[in-house]
Amino acid sequence: MIRDIALQGCQMLLVLLLSPLLTGFVRKVKARLLRRQGPSLLQPYRDLIRLMRKDVVLADNASWLFRIIPYFVFAATWIAASLVPTFRSGLLFSWSADLIAIIAVLGSARFFLALAGLDVGTSFGGIGSSREVMIASLAEPAMLMIVFTLALIAGSTQLSTMSAFMNSSEVGLRVSLGLGLIALIIVAIAENARIPVDNPATHLELTMVHEAMVLEYSGRHLALIELSAALKLLVYFSLIACLFAPWGVSSPAAEPKLLIVGVVAYTAKLAGGGILLAVFETAIAKMRVFRLPGFLGAALMLALLATLLRFVSRSF
Amino acid sequence: MHGLTFDIAHLLAGSLVVVSFVQLYQDRLSALINVFAAHALVLALSVAWQAFAQGAPHLYITAGIALAFKAIIIPVALRRIIVRLGIHREIETVVGVGPAMLLGIGLVALSMVVMLRVTADADPLAREDLAFALSVVLLGLLMMVTRRNAVSQVIGFMSLENGLVLAATGAKGMPLVVEISVAFSVLIAFIVIGIFLFRIRERFDTVDVQAMDRFRGEQR
Repeated sequence: MIRDIALQGCQMLLVLLLSPLLTGFVRKVKARLLRRQGPSLLQPYRDLIRLMRKDVVLADNASWLFRIIPYFVFAATWIAASLVPTFRSGLLFSWSADLIAIIAVLGSARFFLALAGLDVGTSFGGIGSSREVMIASLAEPAMLMIVFTLALIAGSTQLSTMSAFMNSSEVGLRVSLGLGLIALIIVAIAENARIPVDNPATHLELTMVHEAMVLEYSGRHLALIELSAALKLLVYFSLIACLFAPWGVSSPAAEPKLLIVGVVAYTAKLAGGGILLAVFETAIAKMRVFRLPGFLGAALMLALLATLLRFVSRSF
Repeated sequence: MHGLTFDIAHLLAGSLVVVSFVQLYQDRLSALINVFAAHALVLALSVAWQAFAQGAPHLYITAGIALAFKAIIIPVALRRIIVRLGIHREIETVVGVGPAMLLGIGLVALSMVVMLRVTADADPLAREDLAFALSVVLLGLLMMVTRRNAVSQVIGFMSLENGLVLAATGAKGMPLVVEISVAFSVLIAFIVIGIFLFRIRERFDTVDVQAMDRFRGEQR
């Protein structure tokens, strides 16, 4: 029991400590691809510490909701991160919630963030919230269809079970899984406000989505929101890794030595994913907001198609 | 039928359906022709894999025909046609991309329901091939219905025929003569349609088939 709690605590600490590093790593690789030096890998940590020390400036008409939302968003994202198998599957918390619950937790975090954007009543917050909700209304059905397909294939919505199934030889080569992977990547890009959907590096009012929503935040509130954005990126990386690249995740029955293999494999997967994301973002341009329904519609369509094709792949 | 052979056949036939959707998604003519070439390429791969899986060497000839005619000759010819007609930058759709996609999904679901019911006791490889082939045929029809430009209607027709070839190769024992004659009749149809395109253009100054509605007195 103590050991279980300790392992779960390890995972929670690991994701919390790794997430700013991942963000820094993606920024660094992007800068190197553009032949710039780029900020140090540790810069996101320094930013967070600096923001923590600063005072909070609140708008006069900010309500109590505006003040508690950063804590709520951070807590929800951290819970989601603690539920996804990273270096070891079958952790203590993982049996208390399945993939659908993780999506619901992330969805409610976004709902409250959108409320915070509207709370102060500035026009930027309004734009950001309305765009964020538009993206969410397209990304969430796609995400649920992906979950549906994967759950039908793996026979469970429990991430540890799904990950173990994906690691076994029963899976084979399936067209539904390929379509699901592409759809999941599109959804992950949209949810994390990465480049074709939103540009995380600018404060240009025409393109802002996430940044417009959190424009009114400062000090430790902003630090928490930035940290939860980094955590959310890590959650999606871990989700894709544990479903589509489940190699090296140590199972509950495995001996303790394999934990180290698990941690090394997990870090390697994150680094690989970070490089791929940076290359993709460098290669593609930001889309117009009105073209986003087409982009996310493609994800929804692929996920629907994956579900349909799954029914043919093994005669039921 | 052991696992991997089945899986690869399934993967290729499934990719054909996906490429059909990509075709439905494209609204630029030159991109549409590229996607059509990819469609034929996937078809050729799928047929070649069926030839390997069924141990039927004559299917390799079918794959070769698909590759030579549909992946190379017809796309090149279509490209020359649209350049000569000066419409290679044209964008056209009757129904928006979103509704067309939803209709397409509906058609795929329909063909799965129909085919899986009807062929309940058939060989699994033939069964899934037939289900996919029917969806490719229906998506080709949908493509012809949702486009206004005659050139993209031709592409819809050709991709419909790709679905027929997929169905023919999935069913064991289809004689080669039938396939070759289907391939040639499609090629002849293509030539006839090509001539018609130029006639339509001469007469109406456009290949947008909506222009012809006016002459039938159907203009709203």
